[in-house]
Amino acid sequence: MPYNKRFDGRKFDELREISAEVGVIPNADGSARFKIGKTIAIAAVYGPRVLHPKFLQNPIKGVLRCNYNMMSFSGSGERVRPGPSRRSKEIGLISEKALEPVLDLGEFPGAVIDVFIELLQTDAGTRCAGITAAALALADAGFPMKDLVSAIAIGRIEDKIVVDVSKEEEDYEGGMADIPVAMMPRTNEITLLQMDGFATLSELKEVLKTAKKAIEQIYKVQKDALRERYLK
Amino acid sequence: MNDNIIATHVTNLLDKEFRLDGRKLDQFRDIKIEYGVSNKSAEGSALVKVGKTEVVAGIKMEVGTPYPDNPDEGTIIANVELLPLSSSEFESGPPSVKSIELARSVVDRGIRESKAIDFKKLCIKKGEKSWIILIDAYSINDDGNLADAIGLATLAAIKDSKFPKYDEKAEKIDYSEKTKKGIELKESPIPVTVLKIKNKFIVDPTLDEENAMGARLTITTVDDGRICALQKGGDVPLTEDDVEKMVEIATKKGKELRKLFK
Amino acid sequence: MGELKVKDKDIVVPGDELADGMDFLPAGGAFREGDKIIASQVGVISVNGRLIKLVPLNAKYTPKKGDMVIGKVAAITNNGWFVDIGYSNEAFIPLRDGSMEYIPKGADLVQYYDYNDYVVADITRVSKDKEIDLSMKGPGLRKLSEGRIIKVNSAKVPRIIGKQGSMISMIKQMTDCRVIVGQNGYVWIYGVDPVKELVAVDAIKRIEERAHIHGLTDEIKTYLENKVGVKNAVQQTI
Repeated sequence: MPYNKRFDGRKFDELREISAEVGVIPNADGSARFKIGKTIAIAAVYGPRVLHPKFLQNPIKGVLRCNYNMMSFSGSGERVRPGPSRRSKEIGLISEKALEPVLDLGEFPGAVIDVFIELLQTDAGTRCAGITAAALALADAGFPMKDLVSAIAIGRIEDKIVVDVSKEEEDYEGGMADIPVAMMPRTNEITLLQMDGFATLSELKEVLKTAKKAIEQIYKVQKDALRERYLK
Repeated sequence: MNDNIIATHVTNLLDKEFRLDGRKLDQFRDIKIEYGVSNKSAEGSALVKVGKTEVVAGIKMEVGTPYPDNPDEGTIIANVELLPLSSSEFESGPPSVKSIELARSVVDRGIRESKAIDFKKLCIKKGEKSWIILIDAYSINDDGNLADAIGLATLAAIKDSKFPKYDEKAEKIDYSEKTKKGIELKESPIPVTVLKIKNKFIVDPTLDEENAMGARLTITTVDDGRICALQKGGDVPLTEDDVEKMVEIATKKGKELRKLFK
Repeated sequence: MGELKVKDKDIVVPGDELADGMDFLPAGGAFREGDKIIASQVGVISVNGRLIKLVPLNAKYTPKKGDMVIGKVAAITNNGWFVDIGYSNEAFIPLRDGSMEYIPKGADLVQYYDYNDYVVADITRVSKDKEIDLSMKGPGLRKLSEGRIIKVNSAKVPRIIGKQGSMISMIKQMTDCRVIVGQNGYVWIYGVDPVKELVAVDAIKRIEERAHIHGLTDEIKTYLENKVGVKNAVQQTI
């Protein structure tokens, strides 16, 4: 059954409304909020700081530690019990891997850079929103970075490739693949790639092409947010 | 954590009736309340800023079996998380003693003891089904006085709430559909924390002032000024006279803060 | 051949392309990648002939030998004091550098500097493992006893101090305050008049927020004049 019109009426390559702001948490070394549609992620960076317990310290380079959490009232149904889940631990790990390539952790041997990501409201695309906010927070903190990292969830619904998968599309029971992608936008190097569902190689190629374009838009919003702080 | 030099300075300035940020001793920082910040998912939510301190609170509603000794009543469950995102002093992990104290003594006690919510009105079917109001508050930035900020945020979130649609026959909640019915509040409990430093009393302390604290008393008052909850903290004892003065201050400030909700 | 893509005083963010071509040389937070020069931090561009320098607007403090810093005593051992200077490692004051006077072995170190005391110290050594040694021997180096400590971003310290100390001297004079600005961004302020002390604090925070603005010195001067009264400034010149 061909997917001819998106459930929420968007064009296939259309993102929901996105916005970003940095410096939102004064106590943190760097912070940011990123909204995409109704998904709201905030990220705060603390570090480099001493890593406890000592056995986790790496004498050659610093450790990036990402902690991802959804607020109890942020889900679309019942309340989410507080505390880490397997899913949140996985997302923390892939977020670290998505962000490490742009940082030079060799500058901070033995230390840790803590990144905390909180979701105030979730409406699909949460891990991508978290990574996008975290990259902004790292830049806000002043860490030298090769580039920012921008992330977007691309989907294959039946025969179409769509940008910024909605909750309804995520939940679609027919043929569907959910593909979160993160890139360093300047060079289009991929730092996060996951897929749930089936896709052919040619579909995958289209997914990455589409992701590139969508990420350009997110990159612009991220950069504007960093600049805006100093344009007053 | 005690900072010798800053604590000394806070105390010396107070002798001259001066605070680090120039406020009067009984003056709150600027307060901002934003409603419905998370209402695609929450039944009610609010974000409160007191100066640079920021907290967010959300309400979720569930249907459960009433407690056997109160078969015709619903209830509230309060939870506070001091997020490591909000301060380098907070660690990841299970709720700290501080967050449990805030959940119990500020949120739960304030609402429960003030009888702000008539629990009988939360009953759906006696002995079988009643509403449970789940209140979650999170710190976003800690610059002191999380207690009062959390009290204001949870109150605002409750005022912002609407019940989701409940199908009694199917025994299912449809969270995607909100009714027009909100949570009826008979009172608006408002906590005000008063700090005693040496022999001076201040409200709405910043972090530096909290670190200089001798003792604190969080006093929750209702609309007509009656006190419905008290919580003392800090390791310095209070005299009767101290308590009287602090309660007077809190009652006065509670009245002023109540105007924020008109 | 090459193309400069930014101009002097532009604000750039990580990933921004600053120049194309091998003619240009990157400095500060700018780096070369193949043919291009890229920004690695949020900062202000300074173009000097072929040199493109990125001065970061926000940065974590990197300790350097010779820096004067303010820190808080975090731990005391038999051999010295560990001091938190806002870096991922704590700095260390060895016994022999603890004071201008001789400190005998076995002395009660708490009597000199206690837990949570703030001290002004010089960095004498930074090892390649980022171990930092401090000394209290030197003019002005001491334990602080009154006043407040605020923290500013260390990238803004040069702006707060000003060329040859001009900015900070202006603030001190106009508010009658004593101020010490640590290179690590910890700032000590003390004024006999609490109202004026707060003006000094606000002025410093203002500089931190607006460090990238042209003509900041005049802006701060006007701010101080309004707050403290021009009369005060005039008195200083007599």
